[in-house]
Amino acid sequence: MAKEMLKGNVAIAEAAVRAGLQAYFGYPITPQTELLEHLSKRMVELGRVFLQAESEVAAINMVYGAACTGVRVMTSSSSPGISLMQEGLSYIAGSDIPTVLIDVMRGGPGLGNILPSQGDYFQVTRSAGHGDYHPIVLAPASVQEAIDFTVLAFDLAEYYRHIVIVAADGQIGQMMEPAELPEMRPVNEKRPEWALTGAIDRDPNIITSIYLEGHEMEAYNLKVQAKLKEVKKSEARWVEHWTEDMDLLVVGYGTAGRIAYSAVEEARERGMKVGLLRPQTLWPFPEKRLSELTDEIEAVLVVEMNAGQMLEDVRLAVSGQIPVGFYGRMGGVVPMPDEILDAIDTHYKRLAIRLRDKERV
Amino acid sequence: MQEQILFAGFGGQGVMFVGQLLAYAAMDANYEVTWIPSYGPEMRGGTAHCTVVMSDKPIGSPIVSYPGIAVAFNNPSFEKYEPIVATNGLLVYNSSLIDQKPQRTDIQMLAVPATDIADELGNLRLTNIVMLGALLAARPLLTLDQLRHALEGHIPSHRRNLLDLNLQALERGAALVLHTPQM
Amino acid sequence: MSTTVCVPNMEVVYERPIALADVHTHYCPGCTHGTAHRLLAEALDELHMQDRAILVASVGCSVFSYKYFNVDSCEAAHGRAPAMATGIKRVNPDNIVVTYQGDGDLASIGIAEAIHAATRGDNITIVFINNAIYGMTGGQMAPTSLPGQRTNSSPLGRDVRSAGYPMRVSELLSQLDGTAYIVRRSLHDAKNVRKAKKALLTALKVQEAGLGFSMVEMLSSCPTNWGMNPQEALQWVEDSMLPYYPIGDYKVIDAVRELM
Repeated sequence: MAKEMLKGNVAIAEAAVRAGLQAYFGYPITPQTELLEHLSKRMVELGRVFLQAESEVAAINMVYGAACTGVRVMTSSSSPGISLMQEGLSYIAGSDIPTVLIDVMRGGPGLGNILPSQGDYFQVTRSAGHGDYHPIVLAPASVQEAIDFTVLAFDLAEYYRHIVIVAADGQIGQMMEPAELPEMRPVNEKRPEWALTGAIDRDPNIITSIYLEGHEMEAYNLKVQAKLKEVKKSEARWVEHWTEDMDLLVVGYGTAGRIAYSAVEEARERGMKVGLLRPQTLWPFPEKRLSELTDEIEAVLVVEMNAGQMLEDVRLAVSGQIPVGFYGRMGGVVPMPDEILDAIDTHYKRLAIRLRDKERV
Repeated sequence: MQEQILFAGFGGQGVMFVGQLLAYAAMDANYEVTWIPSYGPEMRGGTAHCTVVMSDKPIGSPIVSYPGIAVAFNNPSFEKYEPIVATNGLLVYNSSLIDQKPQRTDIQMLAVPATDIADELGNLRLTNIVMLGALLAARPLLTLDQLRHALEGHIPSHRRNLLDLNLQALERGAALVLHTPQM
Repeated sequence: MSTTVCVPNMEVVYERPIALADVHTHYCPGCTHGTAHRLLAEALDELHMQDRAILVASVGCSVFSYKYFNVDSCEAAHGRAPAMATGIKRVNPDNIVVTYQGDGDLASIGIAEAIHAATRGDNITIVFINNAIYGMTGGQMAPTSLPGQRTNSSPLGRDVRSAGYPMRVSELLSQLDGTAYIVRRSLHDAKNVRKAKKALLTALKVQEAGLGFSMVEMLSSCPTNWGMNPQEALQWVEDSMLPYYPIGDYKVIDAVRELM
């Protein structure tokens, strides 16, 4: 299909429709509302289910219900709404139900503001609710990736019977750029054998997340952990730029990663040996690749639109072998390329001094 | 080549649309392009703005601290963006509404009485298109023909009856620059 | 599994409904959850709905109700059963979707979900068990506990000046235009149990006919947490609950009357 000029929120919504979305339940919240508005029109046009719920709490539980019947279903929200959905997400994770969630992150904590942020890194990667699990988290840096990851989210959710979160931010949601939508996929009318469809000529299906006995709950948890291990092994995604022959590696995802690209490009033009690693999956985090790169570089600079959340994953992957620096803006302030370039410059100079000292010793 | 163009003005002056129009034309001309609106608190009163980045290679950041070109539609935008235009950049401003004297001497200034011209054409909503015509005459990022195609392709259906007037506005803006000696 | 013993010249007067699973429940002796379960299962059987029903269990004493019905079922989070049921029904309009909720679940933590499912007229059926107490957590005050009622979290009796007044859910929901059938029944004696069954049949028929939101509230007993024997508990339903929660039809739209 030809490229069209698309707004991130609308592109995500239309990509979901074309991926065979059968039901959407959501609640308006800026900066993702255009997503819900687009679906309110398209889903009804196509005779599919659209419902504006009374709250994010209700929306995620409607999603849980619909997902239990084995259809493609999703919801979308922004940070404070995602906080409200944590309860439902935990239940969904506790019953192996495929679900797609779009988070167009905004500034916080609290009511915060409607500006772009990456302050949800912890709440989306670290379990999303109570209990031991990680959702799969995809972080698009462009409208095209937002489209591609939305489609991928449904496929991964169904393959692993797991929650997949597309963690965009206000900037991805609001910006327009040329992108290509996928062809319309037919809706899959076939329901999986675990789905609630009525116990016709079979024993009843039961979907629950309660295991009163400790050893049963632990056995379930072990099953989840085995699944996550598989996800970790197979699904880490990232892109690299200028990572051959470099001393300093910049790590950033989503909008911050994209802005860092401009800064790293400029730094290269100025002769600095800098590369960029942009994780496309936040969970699983591309820790193996980062760990490999750690052997080849002298320092890492993490760039985020928060106080340093992915920073912890980077530190774990680097395991103290080399210095890890951080540059972040918070509260909906988006770092400009020249700010990141300054941070690169500072870290690069520090690095040069250290390398010189090392040579002297 | 990479150009950043910031459009700023009151809500209702067509600031967002004119940025999108430029972005559509850039896409049709096979440029990489991004359009990003301001949608934060400044949307309520004050100024709204959008930034268009067009480039012949993949675009990293869709926003910049110091745009090469700014297009100011009203006094608050002029005050806010005159200081941040990149050195040797261009500031196009709507001299019908902006009564301030430019301070910068290291950027090119282009005064366009866009609201007056729009008024002459019979519709104040054409202000934005007059401004765009002037901008493109001063900096030929795209040809007027490419913009004409974009207008034909993307003007909202309920405004289609205004297509001819829009094309006239584009030409009036451009003519102003092409036929006026520059300061 | 149950076994059928054939004895000549004898009439079968009791059979386990197909929709009721052949398992022991965890309910306390004298608790009317068992009665309510059987009534719902009988109603599903009589309307031939066992193989297209989907039950949404709630949190509370009925948390395991998904095990006790021989139908497809799921377990909702606290109070969220009506939202989950909405999700199911919207994508599976041909299934019969029933939530089974107690008073803490429905009237307290889940009142928003109940009200909005009702006002949207979602075509689901809620079976609402009102026993004026939190059973599962061990006898704390419920939104439906009576003024002066002693519970483990209102040891001096419910003080309405601080804890507010009991909530009459049927009356509340009946005010919403989306509702088709809202009635209150009681399980304290045989006559009323039969009426409750009839109401369940009507509610399920309402859903089958696509007429909108239906709810049957059933006044129930909780001998364990009330500190009474089963008989005293049933008497307490009659003496104390009925005056505050009158039995009655709170909303029956005309289209429903034609089904009754």
